[in-house]
Amino acid sequence: MLKVENLKLGYDGVPVIFDVSLEVHEKEIVSIVGSNGAGKSTILRGLSGLLKPMAGTITYMGQKINQVPAHKLVEMGMAHVPEGRQLFGKLSVKENLMMGAYVLKDEVTKKDCLEQVFELFPRLKERENQAAETFSGGEQQMLAIARGMMSRPKLLMIDEMSLGLAPVLVDKVMDSLKVINSIGITVLLVEQKVQEALEYADRGYVLQNGRMVISGTNEELLASDIVKKAYLGM
Amino acid sequence: MGQIMINGLMNGFVYALVAVGLTLTWGVMDIVNFAHGEMLLWGMYAAFWIWSLLSIDPILSLPIVILLIFILGVLMYFLVIKRVLNAPPLTALLATFGLSMVLKNLTQFFWTANYRNITNPLVGSDSIQIGELFIRKDYIVAAVGSLLLTFVVIWFVNKTKTGVAIKATSMNKSAAKLMGINTSKIFAITFGLSGACVGAAAALMSSFTPIYPEACALYSTLAFVIVALGGFGNIKGALFAGLLIGLAEAVGGYLIGTSFKYLVVFVIYLVAIQIRPKGLFGW
Repeated sequence: MLKVENLKLGYDGVPVIFDVSLEVHEKEIVSIVGSNGAGKSTILRGLSGLLKPMAGTITYMGQKINQVPAHKLVEMGMAHVPEGRQLFGKLSVKENLMMGAYVLKDEVTKKDCLEQVFELFPRLKERENQAAETFSGGEQQMLAIARGMMSRPKLLMIDEMSLGLAPVLVDKVMDSLKVINSIGITVLLVEQKVQEALEYADRGYVLQNGRMVISGTNEELLASDIVKKAYLGM
Repeated sequence: MGQIMINGLMNGFVYALVAVGLTLTWGVMDIVNFAHGEMLLWGMYAAFWIWSLLSIDPILSLPIVILLIFILGVLMYFLVIKRVLNAPPLTALLATFGLSMVLKNLTQFFWTANYRNITNPLVGSDSIQIGELFIRKDYIVAAVGSLLLTFVVIWFVNKTKTGVAIKATSMNKSAAKLMGINTSKIFAITFGLSGACVGAAAALMSSFTPIYPEACALYSTLAFVIVALGGFGNIKGALFAGLLIGLAEAVGGYLIGTSFKYLVVFVIYLVAIQIRPKGLFGW
């Protein structure tokens, strides 16, 4: 579904991601893990079109998307839930969700989507008219994921959703990913919480200082020395 | 005194509409548009020429002028603003300043510095009497028209999909892109909308305001004061601040002399931003 080859990304001409290749197949949950500053978010920014690649190719559904602007990619079924949620703070929950459904033309589909995310996160329905900025961190994260789902994506990319959440809440939002995946949405997850991310994912990639150091199924990664030593403290 | 206040309020509504246009581009795009007053100026010339050449009264040509200045706004965005959007802030400031010079001097080049007036407009300058107060009909039309259009803009921004997208883009541009919003298009619409506001104000004022290349300098300065006073990007704030400034100008002029009326306006402004730098209704 998504194929990245030898991707190089950077800011103001200074590269921070070197020669990264990865692949996401349909219906999978794939995670990119690594410590703070490894370049995980930069990769997602590159994939969703916010950052233009300096080299390499990104292919999505058989089409090269290196130069496709971010808003077009949303129409093509890619959704990116950015780090730090990036909600529209002054807008209500419902308005945030409706902005998520911006690319949908059909009112009936929009309504369906809204019901679907309300079912997944009932908390949001209770507070649909409240401004997003008044929410707690966990609720904001739910809203960010829900907003990402409103465009009916085929591929949902989520950046650091555990950030600032209590462990109980991390489990809760991670569980919702399973549900999202079960309705046929492919998930690409970027996480600092290595163990949790790998537990929920089918496959994973480990990023260190802008380079992929190891990849494999979650069992392989959890058993590998690099992961054990660097991230699990064993 | 009541008479003075009514006159001030009447002006205030028009000031507010001009400021609403400015607050859109300032608040949403973070672009300080120094050419805002010149859009107003071109709107007034548009109303004048439509009246003079086609004999259509400014009240009736209102939609045409709105459309023309909407287009002027969109053009300004694509030809100038878009190119400096990602440059350091000072670049955009200088660009709009240059634009204002060009637009103002073009009017002088094409149509000379002479004063032009629209004579015998459909809505005359005769007054109607309400109790003790006399209010000029053309002022009433301008004030009511401005208020209605301000409400239209408020409705548009809060209730339509494009309007909410404008707000979303102003809060978080990159998140807006991730929603599939074409932010460049939203900016063009915002600039057009800003133009539409001043276009409307221009047509409404043109029947009782002399039209010449410097006609709008004052309106543009007041619009900046009103936007800052009302809170950047806050349309309702601009409406209230506009009325406040209109009142202050009239009452101040009455109490200490007409030549000092703007002294009162700017003192109010200076004091207000010392106490509340984000504006009276700012976030």
